[in-house]
Amino acid sequence: MYLRHGAFSYLPDLTDDEIALQVRHALDNGWPVSIEHTDDPHPRNVYWEMWGLPLFDLVEPDGVMVEINACRSTFPNHYVRVLAYDARLGRQTTALSFLVQRPAVEPDVELARAEGGGRAQVYGVRTVAPSGEHSGG
Amino acid sequence: MAVAEKEEQNRWDPGVHSYASMGYYDADYVPKDTDVLAVFRVTPQKGVDPIEAAAAVAGESSTATWTVVWTDRLTANTHYQAKAYRVEDVPGRPGEYFAYIAYDIDLFEEGSIANLTSSIIGNVFGFKPLTALRLEDMRIPVAYVKTFQGPAHGIVMEREHLNKYGRPLLGATIKPKLGLSARNYGRVVYEACRGGLDFTKDDENINSQPFMRWRDRFLYCMEGVNRAMAETGEIKGHYLNVTAGSMEEMYERAELAKELGSVVVMIDLTIGYTAMQSMATWARRNGVLLHLHRAGHSTYTRQKTHGVSFRVISKWCRLIGVDHIHAGTVIGKLEGDPATTRGFYDTLREDHVPANPANGIFFDQDWASMPGVMPVASGGIHAGQMHQLLDLFGDDVVLQFGGGTIGHPMGIAAGAEANRVALEAVVKARNEGRDLLREGPDVLRRAAERCRPLEAALATWGDVTFEYTSTDAPDAVPTPSY
Repeated sequence: MYLRHGAFSYLPDLTDDEIALQVRHALDNGWPVSIEHTDDPHPRNVYWEMWGLPLFDLVEPDGVMVEINACRSTFPNHYVRVLAYDARLGRQTTALSFLVQRPAVEPDVELARAEGGGRAQVYGVRTVAPSGEHSGG
Repeated sequence: MAVAEKEEQNRWDPGVHSYASMGYYDADYVPKDTDVLAVFRVTPQKGVDPIEAAAAVAGESSTATWTVVWTDRLTANTHYQAKAYRVEDVPGRPGEYFAYIAYDIDLFEEGSIANLTSSIIGNVFGFKPLTALRLEDMRIPVAYVKTFQGPAHGIVMEREHLNKYGRPLLGATIKPKLGLSARNYGRVVYEACRGGLDFTKDDENINSQPFMRWRDRFLYCMEGVNRAMAETGEIKGHYLNVTAGSMEEMYERAELAKELGSVVVMIDLTIGYTAMQSMATWARRNGVLLHLHRAGHSTYTRQKTHGVSFRVISKWCRLIGVDHIHAGTVIGKLEGDPATTRGFYDTLREDHVPANPANGIFFDQDWASMPGVMPVASGGIHAGQMHQLLDLFGDDVVLQFGGGTIGHPMGIAAGAEANRVALEAVVKARNEGRDLLREGPDVLRRAAERCRPLEAALATWGDVTFEYTSTDAPDAVPTPSY
């Protein structure tokens, strides 16, 4: 499966220069940036692993780029995402989220079915090893 | 003392008095923080004094009847009387007046839009001395706001539930509106969702007709939604319209939608305010987003001189507690002056909305942290307008392209992909600091170089516009206060 996740997953993968521009946008808005990674792209997997704490009080994207690269080299086969957080009253939630790394071979998300009553299907999705059949994209 | 006594006696003489003389006009009245305030556009019959017309509106929407009744004297009647406290000419519209009226909060039952509207827009709209009457805006005091549930989830919780941040959401209404079998209908859901949309949607008049019964539609739509989730790893939803002829029937449909795992259900404005409130309670209790289609609203919102402005309907719907509401596109096929529409969006999304006559907002409105409603822009929009849509509405909006997805020459999934790529390209460019209105068309063209479906969408619809004069533009008053 080619994972669609975050704000830019239908565009070509962002270059580091493009990532830095998005990070600058976040910092200019006063949004601290954090980095998370996972090997489980399940759509309900909310809590990816945190790569350290959110980077508060930064003004330049360079510090974020250093951490992104450190996370990438530690987990080369994980998804890595950047999140920007808006702590303003009335928001207090993520303001922007986008992928900055995807594994060379991505897992699949499989649709599991069971027969329910009255022709209904009981659906579930689970992450499985790649079958190689779904290229997506 | 003697004079006051005489006036008191006159006030209670049997017979017909002017509404103004009975206390329904009071230029010195200072509205209380807890008062419900309303501003009406009043068009009196020829020869009717505007102040008397305003007083009559205040009277007929609160305690008055056409003649003096002694039983008023058994009450603290001045407390319950609505007071017209300001009357002013509508700029550039001879014969029309803005009448500002204050209502004590005691006039209204807590948490009941039905009760609020039975007073404010009850009998008074048919009152003979007026040729027309329009409720332009209301200030709902915080004390009354706090008696309502508000949006079942609200914008922030919806984003956290869907795990989607930093961009507008994308949707499409399944077309044709009527006639598809359940199996064919679910196919369109599947293709649109797997192609890149976040949501697909039943149309307002898709309920449970002979060509497709509701239960069959629900089963096939959820097949499409779940397949698309597995293919993309993204959460998807289809607004399953549970609108029906009775509450019992709506609850039954909503329960099945929940059991099948749908993240969202849908209702139409035509079900009525109380039914909407019941469904909002159900949606909060069951963790299912609630989408509202404003079917029928233009019968009373569109004309400037008579009816209820949609900015008032927006306020009521936020109190009622829907999560989504259709609020206009400006550039699409349906009515929508840019400034007026901006006023609707502010009303739905912001926590504090200051008076802004240029956008048709007459009163400061404090929502006291009640969550915002996600506006939906739908009707005659396409990928070539994506930069304009983002510039107009920002991130917290669902952009819905029905024809602009399903009518794509390469198929439905390609239409969805074109819209998603266009959206992400303009969001990325905006964040990079580029000027969307100037550079937007270029951003889209560049994105289309790497996306055939977008190239085809721009070639098909790039030049389509709907440029007609809006009927509902604000008539700004230069010096607003309340």
